Amino acid sequence: MAHAPSAESVALLDRFVAALVAKGVLTEDQITTQIASTDRASPEIGARMVARAWTDPEYRALLLRDGGQAAEAMGVSMAGAPPLGVLEDTDKVHHLVVCTLCSCYPRAVLGYPPHWYKSAAYRARAVREPRAVLAEWGTTLPDGVAVKVVDSTADYRWMVLPQRPAGTEGWDAARLASIVTRDALVGVALPRAGQ
Amino acid sequence: MTDEIPPPALPVSPPPATHDLGGAPRFRCTAVEPDDEAPPDEFGKRVDALRQILGRSGLMTVDEMRRCIEAIPEPEYHALGYYERWLRAISALMVEKGVVPAESLR
Amino acid sequence: MTGAFEAGQRVRVKLDFPELRGPCHIRTPHYLRGREGVVERPLGAYPNPEDLAFARPAPRIPLYHVRFDQPSLWNEGAAGDTVLVELYEHWLEGTA
Repeated sequence: MAHAPSAESVALLDRFVAALVAKGVLTEDQITTQIASTDRASPEIGARMVARAWTDPEYRALLLRDGGQAAEAMGVSMAGAPPLGVLEDTDKVHHLVVCTLCSCYPRAVLGYPPHWYKSAAYRARAVREPRAVLAEWGTTLPDGVAVKVVDSTADYRWMVLPQRPAGTEGWDAARLASIVTRDALVGVALPRAGQ
Repeated sequence: MTDEIPPPALPVSPPPATHDLGGAPRFRCTAVEPDDEAPPDEFGKRVDALRQILGRSGLMTVDEMRRCIEAIPEPEYHALGYYERWLRAISALMVEKGVVPAESLR
Repeated sequence: MTGAFEAGQRVRVKLDFPELRGPCHIRTPHYLRGREGVVERPLGAYPNPEDLAFARPAPRIPLYHVRFDQPSLWNEGAAGDTVLVELYEHWLEGTA
């Protein structure tokens, strides 16, 4: 688990905010508004994009061509957000996203990154022993599927388009979206029909 | 007479910087905690909001913030929580750029 | 802006360690320095983060998605696994 901030850090935050307010740089209201805005992004957005891509070939093509436009098409504002790239899983390749240098994450469509994504262990191990990391989620890949680790080092943010699992024939978009978890969108887990 | 001892060969590369964690052996045996939740506590959310507001206002870039995170000494880097590192970096940067006086943070 | 490299081209990441020369901010991971990979596709051009980090004027530099064979980076792993990384053009050189 993420540990609670120290009393020293809490005091520093209070002093820092007070100094910024005193200098007229920002207001408490702006902070409240910003938090509310950030809280609105969640993995449900990415899940809806994937579910639509599974049922709508034109949208799938758009998603793979320009993730940002595809997000906008779902009503998500990408203004100011980094470009969004989408990684298409196939019968041959499974993608796993990590940021070894910091914690770049497609926040516009997945919300806040989970604690584990930012952890030193994940950042250190995902590029070196991706299959062992996958195993910690209980994820094993079928024979013949290669792992492609995507180290998010620069201007793009990356989201995985997982394969639609068997057993979901005839499902509507909402039901499909319900099995696309945050972990599946990062690539540490696979969507399952039985979820 | 003894042979002259040759100088040690220069290392091929320096060790990776603290934040440059890809493949770092020291975390080899550290399990990843798969079921942790994403949204941070209020402290984290406030720091996160500061980053976004200050970034939008043109007072800093994310690259400057990262540079300041990377300047945190290694023991502290790993002892501090994620958003504590951010706070440390952003506040130091705002002092560096003269946005807030250093005394205001003490 | 058209870059110097195209999809499918073999490239080498420079074996360089600016860390040794003073304060810097680098987005090329240590584990890739000196390694060879294949350009998967160009990703456009972006202001150089190495300049942005110090609030210097930052010229746009072409960025590439470069694929590396994963087991050969670490001498372990499963054959066929790869690592795909965004790298700026000034960190790449062609291979003979």
